[in-house]
Order: sequence, then C-alpha cells, then structure tokens
Amino acid sequence: MDARHRILLLDDDPDLLDMYREILAQLPSKPLIRTASSGARALAMLEADPYRLLICDLKMPKMDGLQVLSIVRRKFPELRTVALTSVLDEQFRSRAYALGVDLFWNKPGTEQEIQMFLECLESLLGPDAQPGFRGLQSKSLVDIVQLECMSMSSSVLRISNGVFTGRIWIQNGELIDAEAGGLKAEEAFLNILTWKAGHFETLPPDPARPRSIHKSYNALLLESVQALDESRGQTADPQSDPAASSSLARISQVEGIEFLLGLKNGQDQPHVARGLEDPERMAAWARQTLTAFRALGERLWAGPFEELDGLGPQRHVALASQGGMDFCLGWRHSMAAPQVREMTRKVLALWDS
Amino acid sequence: MGFLGLFQKPAPSLLRLPAGSFTVDRHGAVLTTTLPSHFPPDLVRGMAEIVLSAFRGATEAQLPLSEIVVHYPSLKITARSMRGGALIFLAPKAPYAPVMSSPSSTVYA
Repeated sequence: MDARHRILLLDDDPDLLDMYREILAQLPSKPLIRTASSGARALAMLEADPYRLLICDLKMPKMDGLQVLSIVRRKFPELRTVALTSVLDEQFRSRAYALGVDLFWNKPGTEQEIQMFLECLESLLGPDAQPGFRGLQSKSLVDIVQLECMSMSSSVLRISNGVFTGRIWIQNGELIDAEAGGLKAEEAFLNILTWKAGHFETLPPDPARPRSIHKSYNALLLESVQALDESRGQTADPQSDPAASSSLARISQVEGIEFLLGLKNGQDQPHVARGLEDPERMAAWARQTLTAFRALGERLWAGPFEELDGLGPQRHVALASQGGMDFCLGWRHSMAAPQVREMTRKVLALWDS
Repeated sequence: MGFLGLFQKPAPSLLRLPAGSFTVDRHGAVLTTTLPSHFPPDLVRGMAEIVLSAFRGATEAQLPLSEIVVHYPSLKITARSMRGGALIFLAPKAPYAPVMSSPSSTVYA
C-alpha cells in the first residue's frame, strides 16, 4: 500500500482544482492528491479512504465550507484541515478557527505566497510534534481538568476569563493547588470552575509547588458540578441565590468600592443595594441618567451606551450594564478616572462570573 | 437628459460626530462653542440639558460630581461642572485609530 499522505482538495471551481493540484504536486513529500467539487462528495471520499489533510474552499453552493468543516471536525477529529478562501473577511477567519481548522489561508496570488503556502502544508503533513487534545474549544473546564488528571499529566493550567486569571497546578494526575484573584487552594479551584467561558493554556509542570489541595479531583469536580446545578434556574435574588450572594461577597472585597446598586428593568425597587443609606434616591438618579444618556446615544448614532464615570470630591460613581441589569457603583474619591473604569469592568465581570 | 435627475433619490447623508467643545450656563444656554456649524444646535442643547440634569440629580442624591465621562462605542463625552453650568468636550472614537488626546481627568488626592 502507498505510504504517502493523502490530501483532499475541495472547491466548486474545476479550474481552480486543476491549478491547485499542480501546485500541491510541488510538495516535497509528494502526497496523493484527490479532488472533490462538492461538500457531499468530499464527505463521501473521507468516509471511504483515510486522508491526512483536507483543503477546503469556503464559498461554495449548497454546502458551504464552514458546514463541511464543522461536520469534518466531529466525524474525523484527526484530520487536519485548511480553509482556503478569497473572501477577505475577518469574521470568516475567526469562525473557521473557532471550528478548529489548522490553517486559514487567503488564496495565494504570488509566487512567494504559493511558496509560503506549500511550506505550511508540508509542516501540516508532518508527524505530530507532541501528542495533545484537539478541538478543546468545545470542552468545558471540567472536561479539561478531567482529561489532564485522567492522563496522569503534570502541568499548570493557566485560565483567563476577561480580566481574571487563575492557575491550576496538576502533578502526576493529582490536583495540588490553585489560585485565582485573592483566592487560594480549593476555594480558588471552585471559583475558576464557575467561569462560563475564557481561554486556557497549558504551562510546563511546577514540581516545586507545595500541595494545598488534598481532596481527589473527582470529589472536587463533583462538588463544583453540584454547586453549578443548584445555582441553575434560580432567580438572582441575593437573599435566596447562593451564586448572587457569592458574587456580592466577592465584589464587596474589591479594593476601593464603597457602594453597589443593582437595578433591573421594570422594577421600582433596587434589586441589590449595599453600602447606601438611601438606595431609593440613588436608584432614581441612576435610572434617569441612564435613560437620558441611552436616548442621547441613539440620537447621535454613537452606538449603545457603554459606561458613565462621575468624579466627585467625596466619592466617584460609575453607571454601566451587565447581563440585563444596570449597576451604579460607588468608588473611593482618590481613584483616577481610568482606574474607576477599569475597576468597574472588573466588578461587572465578577458579577457575571 | 438633465430631467432624469428629477427621479434620482437624494443621497443619504450621515451625521458626522464632531470633535470640539462648548460651554453652557446653568439654564442650558450655549455660551461658546468650537463645534462645527453643521452640527445641529438642537442636539447641542439636548446634550447640555442631559448633562446639567445629571449633575443636578447627583447633587440631590448626596453625590456631588464635578466631572462626568460618558463612553459610547464611537464617542466620548467629558463634561465638567462650572458654577451650575458646564464645559462639555466631544471626542469621536474610531476603531483601530490612535487614542485621541482628551482633557485630563480630575484626580482627588
């Protein structure tokens, strides 16, 4: 049997298929090149024979390239994929990478671009540099931690969620430590697992890290999943919602915050109020001001209102929205305006997480 | 052929967000302005009313403010309270453009 890698080239334009077949014939590893002119045909060919690489056009009739790539990612997770397009749109680039393509490439037009394209393809045809998981963008943090622990790995997971960053230390498949913001050990680990989205990277192991988590990863994951299940489907009333209470507790520890007011649309009473003697009066001002500046933004076509920062000799204030709720936050008067804006974003992210 | 122009739709004109500043007194009357003349005066007056109302409402809520900074995706409004009136700066924001110089904010030590 021929040991050469197979490449499947998918494009609805037969002339382009011929041209790219000739270009790919220049690859040093001399792979076998097959072509398909429709997504359905390409999927049938992938079912029939093992391929190493799929090069896929994005703009095609019936089944477009993004559809093909999403099917391929599920059915053939080991297949390497390249999106090749003449559509110069950043949105398509980010969507293709979100689907897990290995390479997004604008159709080469010059000799130099063709050479670079061939070099990239050759590296994709080569052996895996190191074993690893693919398509992690669709996995939850619980899945990632479980995979690391089950494979008895030693690593440090660095996870970021907006302005927050956390680290989880794993040694020989055991969770040994975690930190996030001011939190440490189990508390930090459980906090990180409440983050709904973000990015993560695997850092080299840190064997010198002292162990502060002594529970098994299974027990901790179970605890976190139970906590998430309990908080799901409940109202955000801080009196009855442990998640909201926990968010408020974390927010009240933020350096410089003096009061917090949460307002829900259609409700006269403040939803959340901390640190204010007369929350009703402040709520009335916040509502009126937000309404007026939102309307002004529409009149000016300046885009949706983002934030108002008010600076005063006694204290500063910020008005902003997050998750369908309006917030009025009081800040220490010694803070500068950029600091107020930055800390307000941090508080909103804390509330959202 | 000139009469064919009668049937042409007028080209839509977009309101350009201006860069500049203006001052208003406590009643909302515009005293001085560096805004371009094409910018509608009623929008300037409307903006002044909203800003003055925000300053007054904050004082009534026991939160006196001397400066308000409002952020929109394409515009930043900075308003400074001046003896009941206000000095208001408008600074359009363009994505990927270098940060425009804007008045430095007051810092309370």
